[in-house]
Amino acid sequence: MIAFFVKRFFQAVVVMFVISLISFSIQDNLGDPLRELVGQAVSEEERQALRDEMGLNDPFLVQYVRFASKALQGDLGDSYFFKQPAFDVIMKKLPATLELVFGATVIIVLFSVPIGVYSAINPQSWFSKTVMGLSIIGISVPVFLTAIGLIYLFAIELNWLPSYGRGETTQVWGVWETGLFSADGLKHLILPSFTLASIMLPLFIRLIRSEMMEVLQSEYVKFAWAKGISPRRIYFLHALKNTMLPVITVGGVQIGTMVAYTILTETVFQWPGMGFLFLEAVNRVDTPLIVAYLIIVGAIFVVTNTFVDLIYGLVNPTVKLAGRK
Amino acid sequence: MPLLEVSNLEVCFGLRSGAVKALRDVSFTLERGERLGVVGESGAGKSVLGFSILNLLSRPGHISAGSVRFEGKDLATLAPEELRSIRGNRISMIFQDPMMTLNPVLTIGVQMVECLKAHRKISTKDATYIALQKLKQVQMPSPETRLEQYPHELSGGMRQRIVIAIGLLLDPDIIIADEPTTALDVTIQAEIMDLMLNLCEQNNVALILITHDLGVVSQVSQRMLVMYAGRIIEQGPTKEIINDAQHPYTQGLMNALPQMAIPGQKLNQIKGTMPPLQRIPKGCSFNPRCEYVLEVCKHNLPAFTQSGNCQVACHLVAELNQEKLLVKEV
Amino acid sequence: MTDSIQTMEPQLSTWQRFLKSHFWHSFKIDRVAQLSFMIFLIYAFLAVFASFIAPFDPYDASQIDIMNSEIPPSWEEGGDELFLLGTDAQGRDMLSTILHGTRVSLTIGLCAVALQALLGIVIGLTAGYIGGRVDSFLMRVADIQLSFSTLMVAIIVLAVFQATFGTELYQQLAMIMLILVIGIAEWPQYARTIRASVLAEKKKEYVDAARVMGFGRLRIMFRHILPNTLSPILVISTVQIANAIISEASLSFLGLGMPVSQPSLGSLISSGFEYIFSGAWWITVIPGVVLIVLVLVMNLLGDWMRDVLNPKLYKG
Repeated sequence: MIAFFVKRFFQAVVVMFVISLISFSIQDNLGDPLRELVGQAVSEEERQALRDEMGLNDPFLVQYVRFASKALQGDLGDSYFFKQPAFDVIMKKLPATLELVFGATVIIVLFSVPIGVYSAINPQSWFSKTVMGLSIIGISVPVFLTAIGLIYLFAIELNWLPSYGRGETTQVWGVWETGLFSADGLKHLILPSFTLASIMLPLFIRLIRSEMMEVLQSEYVKFAWAKGISPRRIYFLHALKNTMLPVITVGGVQIGTMVAYTILTETVFQWPGMGFLFLEAVNRVDTPLIVAYLIIVGAIFVVTNTFVDLIYGLVNPTVKLAGRK
Repeated sequence: MPLLEVSNLEVCFGLRSGAVKALRDVSFTLERGERLGVVGESGAGKSVLGFSILNLLSRPGHISAGSVRFEGKDLATLAPEELRSIRGNRISMIFQDPMMTLNPVLTIGVQMVECLKAHRKISTKDATYIALQKLKQVQMPSPETRLEQYPHELSGGMRQRIVIAIGLLLDPDIIIADEPTTALDVTIQAEIMDLMLNLCEQNNVALILITHDLGVVSQVSQRMLVMYAGRIIEQGPTKEIINDAQHPYTQGLMNALPQMAIPGQKLNQIKGTMPPLQRIPKGCSFNPRCEYVLEVCKHNLPAFTQSGNCQVACHLVAELNQEKLLVKEV
Repeated sequence: MTDSIQTMEPQLSTWQRFLKSHFWHSFKIDRVAQLSFMIFLIYAFLAVFASFIAPFDPYDASQIDIMNSEIPPSWEEGGDELFLLGTDAQGRDMLSTILHGTRVSLTIGLCAVALQALLGIVIGLTAGYIGGRVDSFLMRVADIQLSFSTLMVAIIVLAVFQATFGTELYQQLAMIMLILVIGIAEWPQYARTIRASVLAEKKKEYVDAARVMGFGRLRIMFRHILPNTLSPILVISTVQIANAIISEASLSFLGLGMPVSQPSLGSLISSGFEYIFSGAWWITVIPGVVLIVLVLVMNLLGDWMRDVLNPKLYKG
């Protein structure tokens, strides 16, 4: 277990190092911090002096080390637009994005597992065939069109649900601003969550179905039938546990993809999360904010991947966490 | 009443290209404590026969005609819940490849205890105790630790011992063993076979041993069936068939054994291969490969003829017997 | 399937062999596949001849009159027969714009996938055939690349470029940038599958035979191994084109793709989005439907091919 974490930690450090290098070179090339500070009216000599003073003429490596050591202390520079530390600006928006991802994940798990399992057990039923047909349509509809369709139907035509924003939020433990504990906040969460889930849901249903069908053909499931065990136990213990192994691996990768899709979802619903903020930062060429976003998203990737590997190791007995390659 | 009576069993695989019959007109009986060997080439329908007894055929296979009577109940038409109470309880199965038979994500203990709990009202503690006893019976080294282990932590031989232990858990009346040693190392094949034989004898369990190995059948079974292209072509006491096979196909199998070969000479093979089930020839299905083939073999299906204590499905045997009778009458 | 391979006779031409194949036979009996393929052909035809079919030239500013903006489709109240599918907010004819938009979307999709395939095949063949350290290095890179989602990478790269170049210059380069980004981000899909097939093929005797006969590495790879990896390539490509078109549309929707002056289906939808609340649904809905049908058809074809060819695709 400890070896696993050491190994994982080492990998995480490498990935974060690469991300920080990329981020740094973005910061280095994008926009001139001097212009932001002093404007155009300063002479060339004064500029050079200022550059020297700020260390902008130092060798690349020296500059990078300075950047990295600051970044480690959570100092990623101030946002040009908000005139606040970029890290703080992003962290303030993080809960909104996480709640969105959480909502989508709940929907995916609640729907994909029962539907996938059912259609694997009864592949010939009309329900399974309908699900398979719908899932391929689902895969083919881009997420922003799903969003527009949902807004049009539920917000404009039916007027049941709000079409943008987070609604009412409450403060929990002084740091977490959440919409999960108010009816209005939850109402606002429904459409964006379903939109975000709509990309992954068909993929997961199809994945669970095909893996489960393969497992149901396996010798050990046949042997379980020969032992006279109840069908429920065979489907939900013997088969499902084996089905979940590849699903967990793919799911881990998909969580990363989902973060990318939050940008699209948040844009359509004007959801005040990190993705929306990031896109605004891109349009304003707010470099520190872009860099902060990259680093925080990178960290989320690393953490979720580690977490997924850990769960995989716990479910799959053939993987010994201590002795992983 | 025999313990198990299979009559006119027919198994169909409904494929898109049309239904294929994997078993035709299979009939035999099994008495309590009897050991029956089923031999034939791969694809002859041996394994299908094993699975169809417990009605375990997976889609698109199904029993399309005939019956499998176990203590008078027809397993082919029994309600699923009743069938389940027989599977693993009164009739258990041992599969071919122990590497694939045990669920990789469940411990040995879970896989043994669940089987007991499915058929008996029993506490986990008592079930664990029985499981332990059975592991000792199959001579599993350090049985206590095995219950906590996962299949991948054990060798093939040990896993097959566990599969046998699961087969014996509920003291069944019949064990169906489908090539139980084929996937194992040659060195432990005999060991596992001996173990099975002893356990069956001790517990008075009837055994249906499905194999392509005539040597094993001759050592283990009292009666045997020879299958070809989905049909039984010869059945009777093992000794009689081994010593004096009547059907040309069975004779061919015997002659192909290495024991029959003269050193330095090629083994006697049966020429040709078994036809795929979609293209079984008219008449006797063995006729294209038979060296004694007559015109009648190409048109008419041979009926079973009694020869000694054996039943043989061959025109040639019928004619030979008729000749014998004629000789007697004259 | 094996039957069809066995019954192939060497003297038949490629076309005759194709007509006898399992592939063609399955196509003949599958209505969905036929319909999908027909629709795809129609799309391809419309895209190729867009400039002849379209009643207006949406890139020609002189043909656009702002007074004509937001005219509904001709069958709606207030529609104009001149503009069959209505006009957008700038007064462009929707039909013409959609035809050209389809051309842009398909071009980007096809070129990006061609680039993916090229990179993936070369890298996959190299990794699989050479093996050893080269193999493990390349596959590790593929793993890392895959763990970051394509869309994420594309958004970041395009965002940085847009910020660096400025919007004006970026818009001129948008098409090439989109092809490059989508093309480069997805090569591991191909590389992994090709590598797996190469490893499987390498063990077979004909490769040994070719080597014994003294054929060079490159020749063995391209003449002998590559043709045997054709069916996974075909399946992946179909699905990848669908994915590339969706990626392009998403990026354009975010304002990181094709500019409004030279719209793809995605940027058309994006430009119509703000008018959907005021009732001008056709600017969003019509290109949306055109996009969905195109992607759906590609996915259906991909699904069908996966069932028929049943290649061993790389999983997870």
